[in-house]
Amino acid sequence: MIHSLFLINASGDIFLEKHWKSVVSRSVCDYFFEAQERASEAENVPPVIPTPHHYLLSVYRHKIFFVAVIQSEVPPLFVIEFLHRVVDTFQDYFGVCSEVMIKDNVVVVYEVLEEMLDNGFPLATESNILKELIKPPTILRTVVNTITGSTNVGDQLPTGQLSVVPWRRTGVKYTNNEAYFDVIEEIDAIIDKSGSTITAEIQGVIDACVKLTGMPDLTLSFMNPRLLDDVSFHPCVRFKRWESERILSFIPPDGNFRLLSYHVSAQNLVAIPVYVKHNISFRDGSSLGRFEITVGPKQTMGKTIEGVMVASQMPKGVLNMSLTPSQGTHIFDPVTKLLSWDVGKINPQKLPSLKGTMSLQAGASKPDENPTINLQFKIQQLAISGLKVNRLDMYGEKYKPFKGIKYMTKAGKFQVRT
Amino acid sequence: MTVGKDVSALFPDVVNCMQTDNLELKKLVYLYLMNYAKSQPDMAIMAVNTFVKDCEDPNPLIRALAVRTMGCIRVDKITEYLCEPLRKCLKDEDPYVRKTAAVCVAKLHDINAQLVEDQGFLDTLKDLISDSNPMVVANAVAALSEIAESHPSSNLLDLNPQSINKLLTALNECTEWGQIFILDCLANYMPKDDREAQSICERVTPRLSHANSAVVLSAVKVLMKFMEMLSKDLDYYGTLLKKLAPPLVTLLSAEPELQYVALRNINLIVQKRPEILKHEMKVFFVKYNDPIYVKLEKLDIMIRLASQANIAQVLAELKEYATEVDVDFVRKAVRAIGRCAIKVEQSAERCVSTLLDLIQTKVNYVVQEAIVVIKDIFRKYPNKYESVIATLCENLDSLDEPEARAAMIWIVGEYAERIDNADELLESFLEGFHDESTQVQLQLLTAIVKLFLKKPTETQELVQQVLSLATQDSDNPDLRDRGYIYWRLLSTDPVAAKEVVLAEKPLISEETDLIEPTLLDELICYIGTLASVYHKPPSAFVEGSRGVVHKSLPPRTGSSESAESPDTAPSGVQAPEQPAVIPTQGDLLGDLLNLDLGPPVSGPPMATSSVQMGAVDLLGGGLDSLMGGGGGFAAPSAAAPATLGAPLSSGLGDLFDLTGGVGTLSGSYVAPKTVWLPAMKAKGLEISGTFSRQVGSISMDLVLTNKALQVMSDFAIQFNRNSFGLAPAAPLQVHAPLAPNQSVEISLPLNTVGSVMKMDPLNNLQVAVKNNIDVFYFSTLYPLHILFVEDGKMERQMFLATWKDIPNENEAQFQIKDCSLNADAVSSKLQGSNIFTIAKRNVEGQDMLYQSLKLTNGIWVLAELRIQPSNPSFTLSLKCRAPEVAPYVFQAYETVLKN
Repeated sequence: MIHSLFLINASGDIFLEKHWKSVVSRSVCDYFFEAQERASEAENVPPVIPTPHHYLLSVYRHKIFFVAVIQSEVPPLFVIEFLHRVVDTFQDYFGVCSEVMIKDNVVVVYEVLEEMLDNGFPLATESNILKELIKPPTILRTVVNTITGSTNVGDQLPTGQLSVVPWRRTGVKYTNNEAYFDVIEEIDAIIDKSGSTITAEIQGVIDACVKLTGMPDLTLSFMNPRLLDDVSFHPCVRFKRWESERILSFIPPDGNFRLLSYHVSAQNLVAIPVYVKHNISFRDGSSLGRFEITVGPKQTMGKTIEGVMVASQMPKGVLNMSLTPSQGTHIFDPVTKLLSWDVGKINPQKLPSLKGTMSLQAGASKPDENPTINLQFKIQQLAISGLKVNRLDMYGEKYKPFKGIKYMTKAGKFQVRT
Repeated sequence: MTVGKDVSALFPDVVNCMQTDNLELKKLVYLYLMNYAKSQPDMAIMAVNTFVKDCEDPNPLIRALAVRTMGCIRVDKITEYLCEPLRKCLKDEDPYVRKTAAVCVAKLHDINAQLVEDQGFLDTLKDLISDSNPMVVANAVAALSEIAESHPSSNLLDLNPQSINKLLTALNECTEWGQIFILDCLANYMPKDDREAQSICERVTPRLSHANSAVVLSAVKVLMKFMEMLSKDLDYYGTLLKKLAPPLVTLLSAEPELQYVALRNINLIVQKRPEILKHEMKVFFVKYNDPIYVKLEKLDIMIRLASQANIAQVLAELKEYATEVDVDFVRKAVRAIGRCAIKVEQSAERCVSTLLDLIQTKVNYVVQEAIVVIKDIFRKYPNKYESVIATLCENLDSLDEPEARAAMIWIVGEYAERIDNADELLESFLEGFHDESTQVQLQLLTAIVKLFLKKPTETQELVQQVLSLATQDSDNPDLRDRGYIYWRLLSTDPVAAKEVVLAEKPLISEETDLIEPTLLDELICYIGTLASVYHKPPSAFVEGSRGVVHKSLPPRTGSSESAESPDTAPSGVQAPEQPAVIPTQGDLLGDLLNLDLGPPVSGPPMATSSVQMGAVDLLGGGLDSLMGGGGGFAAPSAAAPATLGAPLSSGLGDLFDLTGGVGTLSGSYVAPKTVWLPAMKAKGLEISGTFSRQVGSISMDLVLTNKALQVMSDFAIQFNRNSFGLAPAAPLQVHAPLAPNQSVEISLPLNTVGSVMKMDPLNNLQVAVKNNIDVFYFSTLYPLHILFVEDGKMERQMFLATWKDIPNENEAQFQIKDCSLNADAVSSKLQGSNIFTIAKRNVEGQDMLYQSLKLTNGIWVLAELRIQPSNPSFTLSLKCRAPEVAPYVFQAYETVLKN
């Protein structure tokens, strides 16, 4: 089980440590630092590092390494999943998860960590329950606490924790009963030089914000449930019902939660909503290269593409770039060689483009590698897979809730090779 | 704690705050105690009273908190006081307290194992598995698993169908973390039959849709393990295979750290069951901003999934990767192209041209890697792609890594006759001989010797130069020895040298980088654990390797049964699966016999065998009339049940259990003669005999004794059709008539070209002997090892490939008991009977012998024999395309080894 946790910042300082069993000396992190030094970038530090007596499992998020120390054979996925859960919880509690924030709230951090894990066994990781045990700090509460001497710690056993529906507390009351569902799809794709799709898949999630009084029982049905053949559910979803009727039936947790995530695989045809025309050429011996990118809509079902961002890591040989965009702003960082172009909305009548020249190191031969273009975009009111919610019904409570559903398509890891 | 400052001096003051009603303060005091109690054990006693009081607080939160904190204080004096409160909390009415107490038992066990056992906490913990609350069950399982890990022998988690049922029920309701512990615990269970395995699989499958990737992977482990027990013909098996793919793919869309662990596991799964992900190649394509550790793993899996169907796509991708920035990744991509060429023969040409394109880029490390892999391609496909040598030679100067230089030198030496200036090229390397690494020096030496043997006239000087460099100026023993060997070979017998140096090389295959099948099977049991990340069994790296229990996949139902009682082996059940292996005569007679003999029943064999004897055409038309007659029929039918019955029930024992036999160790083992046909059954003719195999020929050694009063003559012998087509190669020659009380020894040569019909048992041989008095019938069982042919030694590579190729259902495991030989004695003994040892490995103190043998009808049998030095029982795993023969091969092993 998990022995200890070390939090390490980008400059390699251990700024927080927590032990659930006997104390493990800080020096165990030396092995981690060694690995960190070897890796060119922070992202490349291997997640599992063996040391003579322990194993170090780490995740890297928000520029902080969360390093767990384990001593015996433990499923590494369990540890890594747990670490991610810790980060999510911090984010939930403090809004952002950063070194400063953690240091400012060190007492709450310790209390939360102590509550999440007991002797290395996860105890309470649902944020609903944690928040009942330890109340998140707010300015108002801090002021009240200082004056009245009351505390952040709840002195009652969280109600829902041991019921049949551990994810929901009892006695929830709202004046406005509302349930919102967001269907968000991300396209992961690799497009090759000639513009044809090498691989494309959709990672979709349905995030919900449910504020309903009492113990509502919801059912959600889809127009085309057959799209969902690879799904992961929140524990509240009744799996049997889904298997037999393809209907999501559940008693929702209170507040924000992820109802399900799904995956539309590369084998189904995935519509690609944008295309990128590019012409990047280097010539041997010449110190100038040509650079031209145009972005345009492809299969968007009549919706506008917004929030388009283009980013590309240029080869080391590129010294500078002088470019003119037809719209938006662009930056080239000559140190990191990162070109980013904030395009904004795509107007199909006047396609945005970025043209210009690159100045290369004089006399050097042309770079070996071709830059890859990374694309970000958003399309409102469209689920690119075609998934549509049919209806949402509520049972078990008398009132009439307000229901809302929103669709959105985003670029995930959308890469165009040149 | 906190920022590394020691605040233990405040201990008494902090302890004073303990009795507060403020929960937050209490928690912080507890936190402080956990950290500093150890440094102030005497002071810590002061806290005990409050702990005990808190354990009886009306608020369950406080009760749980107290018992939890007490468990974390690793001070002996405190643990003594912990027992009573803990016992109460384990039976607390509130499940929150119970589940906290369950974990506390594990903590206490870690501090003082003896105390936990003495106080009977383990039993209480076991009772908690039946608790009504799933959270409590999950924590109890987790605690028991942790305790069991440090005490592998204690049979703590006694899994039986009832407790499994409870766990499966709790599985649906407990938290995600609890599900992980329960699934890991389930994976250790061994279902009693395939039906139970299937029902567990059915109840575990919904976990594949869980959002927590650790739950998914643990579920995959349970399914992969229990699947082993399911028959492939089952519809459910196919459904399960289909259900496994999507969750594995989904794991790849998670965070990179999770992806990495998932990929390491997928790597194992793909090797074990490639069919699961064979259509999912695209999800393993590399994104340019994946972390390097994810990239390398994806690449590895891409190669494993590469097949003729998708090779074009894969190659296009690999070529793309070869132009990326990261040097390690580019190198591996180039290697991958070479591995594809070796794996998928049809793609070799395209791979070579891709590699040539890459060489044209002139990027130094790409060129070097390309040359290394082209060398492998040359070895795999000799005399096919040598046209590219010219291009390679152009890049000679840019090679600076030893591996690439050695590869290039090897190519020049190997194809010296086609490269006009081979001597110049090699000479240029020779100039800096002493600065080269050993790898290059050795290769250079060999290459020049090759060149000399191919073009002796022009290169004499060169070869002398290199030999003297290697033998006189080098201080590397390997190099010197190799130099001397070549020197002596060349000076004594150039023809022999040619044979040695230019010998045909064994082909390389793609299997070289696969995990060994036994290790793979073990690792499958460890999916989702650190072992699966390192691809090593836990004993190889877990600290002190305490608590390591070897896990193995469950055997397919049926094989264990057949090991114990080969006579009742369900050959009737297995036969339909592979009807073509032993060519069964398609005629009605054969079918009829198979049907009759199929069900192994104890009563009816009498009747069946007499029917069989009557119906089978034994000695041709002439005898048919004899048997047709009422009297003629009566005799054999009376004799047959007795003789048949004996070998069926005890014949094996009789044949093989005799000790002190006259087995000739030099040749194949020969069992002592036994009486096959007693005199009273055959009107005074007694026949005893045995089978032997010497220098490739099988013979049946018979002793005919005349116990009647009249002279016997006109002997003839004939066999019924049998499983391996055994037939007399010459007529039975008894020269003189056999006088009363006289006996004659005859060795009857046999061949295996007779007609074939599947018998049951497989090694049953029905014989008819005729003399001037009558025709007599008997049947006997021949030991299978007389059918092991002399060329049964399989190539190592072939062996690996075949082993992997044969489906696991065909694997049968046996125990050879009470054998005290060591590995070398075993292998030499078996070699005498044409069971060849191909490789020997020592794994954690036990010897593994990999062996092959071939039957006269061309069936290969692969064997893995595990010998533990301290254990007289050997484990024999047999793999064969015709699983029916396995029990008989096992008998042969046993016979040979015990005599």
